[in-house]
Amino acid sequence: MTDAYIRAFGACLPERIVGNHELAERLGCTPEWIVEMSGIEERRYAAAGQTVACLAVAAGKQCLDRAGAAAAHLDMILVASGSSERRFPGPAVEVAAKLGAPGIPALDLPMASAGGLAAMALGADLLARYPSILVVAAEKMSAVVTQAGVEKGTAMLFGDGAGACLLGMQPGPLRILDSALHSDGTYSEDLHLEFAGGLVMNGRSIILQASRKLPAVIAELLDRNSLRPEDVSAFLLHQANQNLMDRMARALGVDARRFPSNIRRYGNTSSASLLIAASEWWDAERHSAGARACLAAFGAGVHWGAALCEVV
Amino acid sequence: MRQRIIALILNVSKRDVAPGTDESLFDSGYLDSFSLPEMVCELEREFAIRVPDADLNPRQFETVARIESYLASRG
Repeated sequence: MTDAYIRAFGACLPERIVGNHELAERLGCTPEWIVEMSGIEERRYAAAGQTVACLAVAAGKQCLDRAGAAAAHLDMILVASGSSERRFPGPAVEVAAKLGAPGIPALDLPMASAGGLAAMALGADLLARYPSILVVAAEKMSAVVTQAGVEKGTAMLFGDGAGACLLGMQPGPLRILDSALHSDGTYSEDLHLEFAGGLVMNGRSIILQASRKLPAVIAELLDRNSLRPEDVSAFLLHQANQNLMDRMARALGVDARRFPSNIRRYGNTSSASLLIAASEWWDAERHSAGARACLAAFGAGVHWGAALCEVV
Repeated sequence: MRQRIIALILNVSKRDVAPGTDESLFDSGYLDSFSLPEMVCELEREFAIRVPDADLNPRQFETVARIESYLASRG
């Protein structure tokens, strides 16, 4: 693998906080039930005119600022989103234009929850040709889950936001050591969103698949690098559901405190959640050189994967 | 086999009263999205099998009868 580094993270969370009381009233359930089923206490909803691209631009800008990098020096932008407003073009070109990076390839990954991880892993593999890549994952799930017909157990989960990371070949704070991506369309009908129609989720099936596939891909990555779970300081997971993350910790035999979680505050922000969590994790802690982090995600498709990083 | 399945369901669900053979374990609250994966792990352990990902369809584990049928199909 080409030397691949994460030079900085960024995130954008809309200002409007939607608490469980407000949501429970609309959905016909109790705030306590939402917490019990998901661990979520509040989530953010974007304003009416705030699009997926708007959120992505804000996260991308913060990421570039933190890296001290100029958009004009980017070689590629990858944007993951499962909730973009249009069939085409996707948000990537608008993000590139608004950031001030016209002319470079700006490509979309129309993927939901695993999109941020997939974009990051693919970006790392593309660095030999495109040495500076901005990866963004952005979602406006509120536009999806506030539509009529979305089941309350699904509607209560999601929030809006965007996360970003800047990849480069020059040494940065985190080195990407390895990654693994997988897809399996067998259960694609169990989580899907049509352009004309509501979000459909068979939670039992999705959680059953995730419960099996996430620990497996993490084990695959650790085995390939001759590491054990205890060699990893932090497991940064797609913030799908607190119960699922707790289950992952048990499956790996790891203290749940090594699974940073922001789901209580933001809900499930689909593809954006992993990079938002990574951004907050990076800001919140003092990191020792050589400490390892494992990022992992699972989502509609189903797609799943993991990436292993080391603090430089 | 049936009694072992029921014992396992009662253990995972922390309940005392056995479910009916054809009673939906989801509708009657014995299992939910998060205890289902746990029950599948327990089935694997108890019956020394590995349930492949392709067989991880919740309907396959919805009733005692279906679980029994699945395990029988696995020999």
